[in-house]
Amino acid sequence: MATRIGDVLRALPSRLRIDGAAKQSIEVARHRLVVAGVLFVIAFLIVGLRLVDVTLLKEAREPRFAHAPRAGHLEMGRADIVDRNGVLLATSLATASLYANPKLVLGPAEAARKLARVLPGLDEREIAARLASDRSFVWLRRNLPPRQQYEVNRLGIPGLYFQREERRVYPHGPLAAHIVGFTDIDNRGIAGIEQSFDEKLRESGEPLDLSIDIRIQHIVREELGRTVEEFKALGGAAIMLDVATGEVLAMVSWPDFDPNAPALAPADARFNRNTLGIYEMGSTFKIFTAAMALDYGTATLRDGYDATKSIQIGRFTISDFHAQRRYLTVPEIFIYSSNIGAVKMALDIGTQRQRDFLARVGLLKASPIELPEVGPPLVPQPWREVNTMTIAFGHGLSVSPIQLAAASAATINGGVMRPATILKRQMGEPIPGERVMSAVASEQMRRLMRLNVERGSGKSAAVPGYLVGGKTGTAEKIVDGRYKKAARISSFVGAFPMNKPRYIVLAILDEPQGTKTTFGFATGSWVAAPVVGRVIARAAPMLGIEPVDEEAPDLRDQMLINVAKR
Amino acid sequence: MTFARADTSILGRWWWTVDRWTLAALACLIGFGAVLAMAATPAVATRIGLDPFFFARRQLGLVPPALLIMLAVSMLSPRNVRRVALAGFAIAMALLLATFAIGVEIKGARRWVNLPGFSLQPSEFIKPTFAVAAAWLFAQQRRQEGFPGNAIAIALYAAVLALLLLQPDIGMAAVVSAVWFSQFFLAGLRMAWVLLLGGLGGVSLIGAYFVFPHVASRINRFLDPASGDTYQINTALDAFSNGGLLGRGPGEGSVKLVLPDAHSDFVFAVAGEELGLIACLLLVGLFAFVVLRGFARLLQEPNLFILLAVAGLLVQFGLQALINMSSTLHLIPTKGMTLPFVSYGGSSLLALSLGMGFMLALSRKRYGAGEDL
Repeated sequence: MATRIGDVLRALPSRLRIDGAAKQSIEVARHRLVVAGVLFVIAFLIVGLRLVDVTLLKEAREPRFAHAPRAGHLEMGRADIVDRNGVLLATSLATASLYANPKLVLGPAEAARKLARVLPGLDEREIAARLASDRSFVWLRRNLPPRQQYEVNRLGIPGLYFQREERRVYPHGPLAAHIVGFTDIDNRGIAGIEQSFDEKLRESGEPLDLSIDIRIQHIVREELGRTVEEFKALGGAAIMLDVATGEVLAMVSWPDFDPNAPALAPADARFNRNTLGIYEMGSTFKIFTAAMALDYGTATLRDGYDATKSIQIGRFTISDFHAQRRYLTVPEIFIYSSNIGAVKMALDIGTQRQRDFLARVGLLKASPIELPEVGPPLVPQPWREVNTMTIAFGHGLSVSPIQLAAASAATINGGVMRPATILKRQMGEPIPGERVMSAVASEQMRRLMRLNVERGSGKSAAVPGYLVGGKTGTAEKIVDGRYKKAARISSFVGAFPMNKPRYIVLAILDEPQGTKTTFGFATGSWVAAPVVGRVIARAAPMLGIEPVDEEAPDLRDQMLINVAKR
Repeated sequence: MTFARADTSILGRWWWTVDRWTLAALACLIGFGAVLAMAATPAVATRIGLDPFFFARRQLGLVPPALLIMLAVSMLSPRNVRRVALAGFAIAMALLLATFAIGVEIKGARRWVNLPGFSLQPSEFIKPTFAVAAAWLFAQQRRQEGFPGNAIAIALYAAVLALLLLQPDIGMAAVVSAVWFSQFFLAGLRMAWVLLLGGLGGVSLIGAYFVFPHVASRINRFLDPASGDTYQINTALDAFSNGGLLGRGPGEGSVKLVLPDAHSDFVFAVAGEELGLIACLLLVGLFAFVVLRGFARLLQEPNLFILLAVAGLLVQFGLQALINMSSTLHLIPTKGMTLPFVSYGGSSLLALSLGMGFMLALSRKRYGAGEDL
């Protein structure tokens, strides 16, 4: 027992000593733990601050990758072209072209096999051969769409690179091809709007607003195309133009082409018949003969001319197609399209005044429309009396369809000539215009044109409720220097609604062939007038023009005209 | 989950003594890890020709066992923690030795042993078990006169270091060294020795620069970005600025498509791009919270062994997180190291669960004398 107690007593100090040492080391450990904790706090704070730095404050620094400025440059690419409602007609797509540095490609066969899997149409063996070559640059595929670029990237093949490129794309294909035009491989405009506004498109970045309404353009193209095919014509042209502003809502030249691949199109398809083509228009020119007679006062709606006999000038004989062989009033001359009557009206007007009038409505100089493809009219030099006589019924002066449409608009819009434009007129922008005839004469022209659709050669252009008016034309083409009976330019200049005209609709067919349904006829009234009628029937509701009751007394009164001689 | 205060079952006692705040923070980290495993691994899996969700399924499949390990271990008494750790350390050392004989070589290093069903990286398990073992040795030196704790700890450390350098696994060696050194430091190492060993650490880093070419190239590229390919780190940094404040949304990022280690070493960049700055700061906050709260609680700890062990485990956890995030943020040279609980990696997840289980068990509230454990 004693020894035990002694043991305990002896053990105590040692135990206490150890306890004391343990206490001391705990103290030391706690102090040092605080030091370690502070170090951790600092480290976590640095990580947190760095996180904010790389996430939010990186913008101000130099870009880490060279491609960043290139991406910025791409957004500055060639500007879009849009229609009057903002629908995209031409745009620039960033594409990527795939090339390789074969020296860095590890397994050419394997790489080619993988590439062929994601790029359909790639010749695997040829690509493998190219990748195995000892050059340091080979093209593999140009202009990849983003999806394929992504697929290729995902393959992760070393030695493959992309060259960023820009490609002009026309989402509507041929629909507005002649207007919008196209660019060359370096994205420089070489036709249409792309050419005439090349600099602006390259520099502004703002979309260019055209006056075109792509919906109307579609209707016009469909109706014209169908008719050209039906009558096996060489081609056709059609225009819809706002008579109050001169804006072209639709302009179609047939045949057309795909501006996405212009090189594949024949020259004939790229030819814009509306602006570059000039034609002897035939009887549609009687619109101007009647308009100037009414404006100068050399004839009134109640006057008339003797059309019983053909007129002989030198070796030519001027006769009437729908010969009435009697005295015709001015309205009758218009609706029967009497050449004899028109010639006599023109002779009363006189050469000088005829020439002045035609110059005022823009028929003697090239159209001001903003396209590079504009053909100047073929004006007779010198302008003799015989020219006055032929021009009265549309021969001996060749003009483009756009000139015809704009000049016709001036005769029915109250008498103001508005230059035709392909650009959208902005709100509040003053519309240039020049008075070319009296409002009274213009008002009489509306009645004449309405009468011609109600009772004359333009009947097949009628659309119930839309008060269509217009004038047909059938011109013989000069082939090898001689007028040829079977080769015609058949046309119709229509307008609606005639009580308050809004739009001119013009359709021209080049050498249409008669069919069984037209009893072999291929004149303006048989082939061109129906095109205009169908276009108006489809487009007018879209343009928000409400149909009216054509038999309503006040409308009848507005359109009233005395046809027969008193 | 609620337990009555008076509940004296193992679960009940555990619930009222474990640090539930730390537990919640760890659960959040595992949640982050699950989201990022879904987001980051499909791109990597597709790239190497596997089913897109191969890695995600594997990782999510390991979450329940990992949680189970962590919770089960956290219920152990400190004495049992020590026993499990010592046994675990012995097994891990044996497996580490085995890697030289039967190891699988991946990317130039023999770090894995194939077990039925999966491959295991023994060095991951060295970290937590050695931290506990070393803590016990250091503490024992001071509690039992004549016990050569320090000497054994130094010998074991030398052995571990040698094996890790032979792998070679420089990152792991650096972490183990740092943990061991901080424990020695906390255990009262004289300042002269602290300075000497610190200097030695610096010298060995410089030595690594000259001995291991891949270390040299990484440090060169950090010091002079123009000297080599800095594509990975540039892409990672761009990912953060792409993500911005709120991120692009989980799965919407693109950095994982180009970074080879997006699911492990660069997972923080994926988080930056897809979850944004706020979530990343939250992530940093969670790591800091676990470490600093643990440290703060240790200031009241009367038991030296527990203090050293918990501090070692927390240093390991915090250091690993800091190294991973710092190298992704280009604060230090790139060092392949997993982000605890967030990076893809089965061994890492299980070993961390074990370590955090130790930490939770040791830091539980105890009543009565804490000396004789």
